[in-house]
Amino acid sequence: MNRRSVIIIGAGPAGLTAARVLAGAGLADVLVLERAPEPGGLPRFAGHPGWGMEDFHRLLRGPAYARLLAAAARGAEVRCGASVVGLLPGGIVEVAGPAGIEQLAARAVLVATGIRETPRAARLVPGTRPWGVTTTGAFQEMVYRGGMRPFRRPVIVGGEWVGFSALLAARHGGIRPAALIEEGARTAAPRALAWAAGRLFGVPVLTGTRLVEIRGAARVSAVVVQGADGRREIGCDGVIFSGLFRPESGLAEAVAAIDPATGGPAIDNLFRLSDPAFFAAGNVIRGAERGAVAAAEGRQAAACILRALAGALPAAEITVRAGGALRYATPQRVAAEGGWLRFSGRPSRAAVRTGRARLRLLAEGETLAERMVRIVPEGGLSLRVPVARLAGARTLRLVLE
Amino acid sequence: MDAPPPAPGAGFDIAVIGAGVVGCAIFREFVLAGARTVLVEAAADILEGASKANSAILHTGFDAEPGSLEAACIGAGNRRYREIHHRLGLPLEPCGALVLAWSEAERERLGAIRARAGANGVEGVRVLSAEEVRAREPALAAEVCGAAWVAGEAIIDPWQAPLAYAVQGLANGGALWRDAAVTGGRREGGGWRLETAAGAVAARVVVNCAGLRGDLVEAIARPSPFSIRPRRGEFLVFDKRAARLARAILLPIPTARTKGVVLTRTVFGNLLVGPTAEEQPERSFAPTTAAGMAALLAAGRRVLPALAGEEITAAYAGLRPASEHKDYVIEALPAAGWITVGAIRSTGLSAALGIAGHVRGLHEAHFGAFRALPAPAWPAVPALAESASRPWRSAAPGEIVCHCEQVTAGEIRAACAGPLAAGTLGGLKRRTRVMMGRCQGFYCTRRVLELACARLPGLAEPLAARGAA
Ligand SMILES: Cc1cc2nc3c(=O)[nH]c(=O)nc-3n(C[C@H](O)[C@H](O)[C@H](O)COP(=O)(O)OP(=O)(O)OC[C@H]3O[C@@H](n4cnc5c(N)ncnc54)[C@H](O)[C@@H]3O)c2cc1C
Ligand SMILES: Cc1cc2nc3c(=O)[nH]c(=O)nc-3n(C[C@H](O)[C@H](O)[C@H](O)COP(=O)(O)OP(=O)(O)OC[C@H]3O[C@@H](n4cnc5c(N)ncnc54)[C@H](O)[C@@H]3O)c2cc1C
Repeated sequence: MNRRSVIIIGAGPAGLTAARVLAGAGLADVLVLERAPEPGGLPRFAGHPGWGMEDFHRLLRGPAYARLLAAAARGAEVRCGASVVGLLPGGIVEVAGPAGIEQLAARAVLVATGIRETPRAARLVPGTRPWGVTTTGAFQEMVYRGGMRPFRRPVIVGGEWVGFSALLAARHGGIRPAALIEEGARTAAPRALAWAAGRLFGVPVLTGTRLVEIRGAARVSAVVVQGADGRREIGCDGVIFSGLFRPESGLAEAVAAIDPATGGPAIDNLFRLSDPAFFAAGNVIRGAERGAVAAAEGRQAAACILRALAGALPAAEITVRAGGALRYATPQRVAAEGGWLRFSGRPSRAAVRTGRARLRLLAEGETLAERMVRIVPEGGLSLRVPVARLAGARTLRLVLE
Repeated sequence: MDAPPPAPGAGFDIAVIGAGVVGCAIFREFVLAGARTVLVEAAADILEGASKANSAILHTGFDAEPGSLEAACIGAGNRRYREIHHRLGLPLEPCGALVLAWSEAERERLGAIRARAGANGVEGVRVLSAEEVRAREPALAAEVCGAAWVAGEAIIDPWQAPLAYAVQGLANGGALWRDAAVTGGRREGGGWRLETAAGAVAARVVVNCAGLRGDLVEAIARPSPFSIRPRRGEFLVFDKRAARLARAILLPIPTARTKGVVLTRTVFGNLLVGPTAEEQPERSFAPTTAAGMAALLAAGRRVLPALAGEEITAAYAGLRPASEHKDYVIEALPAAGWITVGAIRSTGLSAALGIAGHVRGLHEAHFGAFRALPAPAWPAVPALAESASRPWRSAAPGEIVCHCEQVTAGEIRAACAGPLAAGTLGGLKRRTRVMMGRCQGFYCTRRVLELACARLPGLAEPLAARGAA
């Protein structure tokens, strides 16, 4: 089999940014495989502004950002309508497309398949199964891309920042949400979401409120919510489940250990999976970051791939685990090389208390680095550590306390 | 309405009321027997009643009441399914079942289960030791004490099977009326004139297969000898990853009331846990409940501890058309021109073809025989099982729309066309698997609506048509 230098799976911000860097470095045979009919990833359907500041230094709407990303990756071949259906050890990619199934091979394969939102059943929300229950991602695609209004008065579930996307898409579609409900004591998008929902959109925000039942025969007719003051019914004709992101990691499973805490493939600080022919970048690693973060990871992963192709990547022998009130830690393995290492994590959903806490990196019980951090539900935390301090360490613990 | 009513005065030989799995099988049976047959369904699609949600197991009837009509129909239905499934493009995965014993007391009952299977003429039932069971199913909880192995139990596609029966009936000259709830009827000219939401229909003999409303429809002919007591059954569908945890169908030792919570792979590659059993008065729809979900999670983990780490793809509930009788209520009323097929509680998918043969026999005995079609058509339905060679694997699949279940635009268009085009979004999902995978429509809802909107209007309105909210 003819082996390319690099195949990238997924043409979102992470994949396209990696493609741009790799092609820009002179690789003439970079191939991006994208299962959608056009490149761009999730921003394609986020018709509101909020993209591009970090990488294109302009405030863009999602579709415009997607087009710029694709244009910048021109030096690579981007094949759309190409759905990767399997990965085999050593850099083999099985792809299904309009012309059937084929196997391709590359010296390095970057998995940049992004995320999806947790749907209703996985959240164990009981009730009937009427039409009108969806996720923010599907909803904004129906509105911005399909020009469709699937309902007029939905309830939005989940107060992560992606709730903004739901509110903005609703406004674009002339849709007035009946309420935005959030189980936690406050919305994850700090105050701004609650403020915007209430003031800008006239949507009541109910915190400390849980969705306990969906009602309706053919179409949603109401939801039942449980708040501090008991249960009540809210009339509505749709339910939008937002956030609770899950990495689209079904593919990676075949060649990499999946970290149950992130739901994504375990990576090292050089973005490699357990099979070193494979790399990962973007939200498939852990969900829930903005486009700019995914794009930056695409750029960094591309740099590592260039080094790997030159045969210059060390092994990653130090393992990293999350501890205390931290839900996960990335990367899950590190090679002690370079000047600084950056460790990231998120507070566990149950343990989240607003306020300050200490984020520490420990090696065999000894503190290597620490700093005070501000905790917001779903807010990412990170700690930068000089590599020199890792000398001799075998296992690290990133702990929030 | 899918077919025009016959010319006035012509009428049908047979009107089958209800397009559940039982009605579809009986419709096919009479069409192939040579009868002019109409299938009259209240809903916009077939399979919107009890047949919408079940465990998808083709039972052998090993645990049925020996000598019952149900036992006979399951046996015959199972045999006939095995004879014809290939020709209709229907899957059959002969995975076998293990009836698991979790205590010494339960283990002592395995012999009786084997004996009952013998009385029902079901071969290939063996009692296995705990070690033998563990060797077959390494993911089982350590407490397992033994099992009865029932080699003949199998899994099938619960929706394509009845669809194939209806499609074959249509392809051979049968008629289907949808959105045609039967609201009343009277005897006329030696037959029946049924009033439906889509107009009147005349037939010589009526077969009542109205499932969850069987007793209400029965009242058209006589005071119903049975009353339906809907019994809800909830399910959890686990992600395809979890399917590796079970090879055989894993059953508990059944009680008089229910077969208990089953763990089974589906032909689509998921792992199913359910059903619960709760009576409810409501006949039209069945909600899932927090208590039911919690019970199923716990029951699943007791049998397969590794399920604790697995993701859930879907949750749903079905309604069994149970009645005060334990057995099916199937009888012909020669003077009334009526055949009752009621209370097909929890084995209708397996027994449907057997019930159909039995009902044809009743018709012959009481109303006379028809001349069977000499060379009927055998149209195959699309194969949706994971083991099947689906269009996306072909040389030119075109656009793939649903990436979790690999459904092509061509499959969606095909399901929206033809004499048995999908009539509801649920019907489109059942015919194609679209939106049934792990993302539950996150990636494909918009495209599916675009492809289906001509056939299924009303799911979304165009933004341009901005009305008062
Ligand atoms: C509803 C929603 C709204 C959001 N709104 C914002 C926002 O307003 N601002 C913001 O900064 N971030 C937002 N995000 C976060 C978003 O995930 C990131 O901005 C960014 O898109 C992540 O980039 P990525 O490249 O990792 O993944 P994606 O953009 O998701 O791209 C992944 C690509 O991989 C493709 N793919 C997946 N599997 C395969 C396969 N097997 N074969 C071939 N191709 C495949 C997908 O089709 C997709 O194009 C939102 C996320 C969601 C879910
Ligand atoms: C939880 C559960 C698990 C099960 N598991 C299995 C299994 O693994 N294997 C198995 O073999 N069986 C199983 N079953 C049983 C099986 O699903 C039922 O026996 C079967 O679906 C009954 O079909 P039916 O055609 O009699 O009824 P229905 O499917 O209810 O069909 C009746 C039809 O009549 C229509 N109708 C009603 N009133 C009117 C009217 N007035 N005019 C026109 N039309 C009307 C309805 O709309 C409906 O379509 C299970 C059932 C449940 C609920």
